[in-house]
Amino acid sequence: MSIFVTRDTRLVVQGITGRDGSFHAKQMMEYGTRVAAGVTPGKGGQRFEGKVPIYDTVADAVRETGANTSVIYVPARFAPDAIFEAADAGLKLIVCITEGVPVLDMTRVLPFVREKGARLIGPNCPGAISPGRAKVGIIPGSICKQGSVGVVSRSGTLTYEIIHHLTHADMGQSTCVGIGGDPLIGTNFIDCLAAFEEDSGTRAVVIIGEIGGTDEQDAATFVKEKMKKPVVGFIAGQTAPPGRRMGHAGAIISGSSGTAAEKMAAFEAAGISVMKRPADVVPLLKKRL
Amino acid sequence: MNLHEYQARHILKTAGIPVPDGDVASSPAEVEAIARRLGKGVVVKAQVHTGGRGKAGGVKLAKDPAEAQSVAGRILGMQIKGLTVHKVLVAPAADIASESYAGIIVDRSSQRPVVMVSPAGGVDIEEVVAKTPEKIFRHAIDPRFGLLPHQAMGLALKLYPGVEQARKAADILQRLYQVMLSTGASLVEINPLITTLDGGVEALDAKIVVDDNELDRRPEIAALRDASDEADSERRAREANLTFIKLEGDVACCVNGAGLAMATMDLVKFYGGQPANFLDIGGSSNPQKVVDALSIITADPNVKSILFNIFGGITRCDDVANGIVTATKQLKFSLPIVIRLTGTNEKEAMEILTANGFNAGTDMDEAVKQAVALAKQAA
Repeated sequence: MSIFVTRDTRLVVQGITGRDGSFHAKQMMEYGTRVAAGVTPGKGGQRFEGKVPIYDTVADAVRETGANTSVIYVPARFAPDAIFEAADAGLKLIVCITEGVPVLDMTRVLPFVREKGARLIGPNCPGAISPGRAKVGIIPGSICKQGSVGVVSRSGTLTYEIIHHLTHADMGQSTCVGIGGDPLIGTNFIDCLAAFEEDSGTRAVVIIGEIGGTDEQDAATFVKEKMKKPVVGFIAGQTAPPGRRMGHAGAIISGSSGTAAEKMAAFEAAGISVMKRPADVVPLLKKRL
Repeated sequence: MNLHEYQARHILKTAGIPVPDGDVASSPAEVEAIARRLGKGVVVKAQVHTGGRGKAGGVKLAKDPAEAQSVAGRILGMQIKGLTVHKVLVAPAADIASESYAGIIVDRSSQRPVVMVSPAGGVDIEEVVAKTPEKIFRHAIDPRFGLLPHQAMGLALKLYPGVEQARKAADILQRLYQVMLSTGASLVEINPLITTLDGGVEALDAKIVVDDNELDRRPEIAALRDASDEADSERRAREANLTFIKLEGDVACCVNGAGLAMATMDLVKFYGGQPANFLDIGGSSNPQKVVDALSIITADPNVKSILFNIFGGITRCDDVANGIVTATKQLKFSLPIVIRLTGTNEKEAMEILTANGFNAGTDMDEAVKQAVALAKQAA
């Protein structure tokens, strides 16, 4: 089994004719994801790669194809409205890959998405992949392997690094979710941990956090109080200086809060096995399984 | 992006928030002229993007224009936490009856703009939050309706029991929220918000932090950037669309992705080295980015070895390999390079590198150990 992204995923790609959207739509199709439709205003009626019907609006795409999930590759200035549009069309899972969405826009987007009963993953995230079933986003399918380890992360390539270690050790994954590096995101660690705890196909979870905010500390409390499955964790940014934005908009130590040390201590106290380096993921998981 | 105090004061004033008179100057003579115009005792404040200006001697009172000029002579050109003072703000020495705090931040947990006020103003608000949290009052704004008058008034009454002053403060809070929206700020702050001896309420110091993601659609705000206040390497990196932060160590790191870049720095430390920088070349496949990155890295005289750590996803390893080959031909430096590449087009990348006399591996730990050892040999 898996979470969020499953065999039942029927995908609409917003921005399917753009540079990133077309590249990744092809990759997702090659991986076996059911790409039901694409959306680019003004290109309705055309077909992508001669196969996938393109519509002018998400509402049209949903009505005509029964799509149930959206993935967004449009440029940052159009991304907030793309999320509004997907939620308005009744989609219940919206994955926004786009980086650079202003945080004040997100303060308006997030309550709207919740009122519509939808889940947003991202923005500024690599999306999710359930190996052997479907991928929604940009995580390279080739590094993953089907199995029973759930992975949730605020990062992109660091997640690939850790998945790579897992796959090489023959520890396949149920689902890998990148929740995004921005300060305001639709799906947080706890949402994913709760879903993994419920998922019968997940036996253990790897959580990859970083400096900035308190999402990891909240996740630690959740693990301690609500989870039975073993959890292994990593925090990036032990050597990051305070007050500087480390690439991700959300990766910043403000004053003395949000440090890696504080988050690692919260993990330890909650019974999460803490990796000192990415390669530790395999031995730590083996110990806990 | 941080705005200077004088820029933030100007924005607040334009938005109708009472701000004491004053002006910005870049020479002692200009300071003297401003002090003469203000016609009374003044305060001269260094305009640099760092806290603790007062403690560093960057804020001084002067009783007359002549003293203002001599004070400015000492502050202009001084170094505060590594930043050179190019400009000072000259403002009348205020007659302060009380000091409070008013700020609005985009709060990560409530995912809303949150107004915070405190009667304990003039000091570091983080300290107030940590030590006397009962002195902080908050309201999470619903962005659909904005900060409503009674909500602003409720907060203002926590600062001032007198309704006259509370009304003035409530008006300031509502205007401050408008400033946040119109500048695309992630933080707007008045500290201190003062009451004057004649009963006025004024913003004595202001801070605005603009969300970098807003700059593309707000060229007028982007134009306020003070490039002289950035380290040279960081300015060059920003212009090349790279995320670069200079650190104190000697192992330079060139990585794709912010999380992996941080983890690489951490691993350098884990194996006994010190990272020289944070550098994310991003998800692009453009070899020119690698050339720009290497040119910035090699300009740092502390650097003893260079470590590439690339996990190809969108980034293609062969593009990075081509960038390394081009850059080393163009730049002519003798620093040792350790390359780790894996993922998309790894095989092609290895062929390119081998053909050009480079060694490259696929294991992150091995590469980091090697880069640390090379830096130690050179030290």
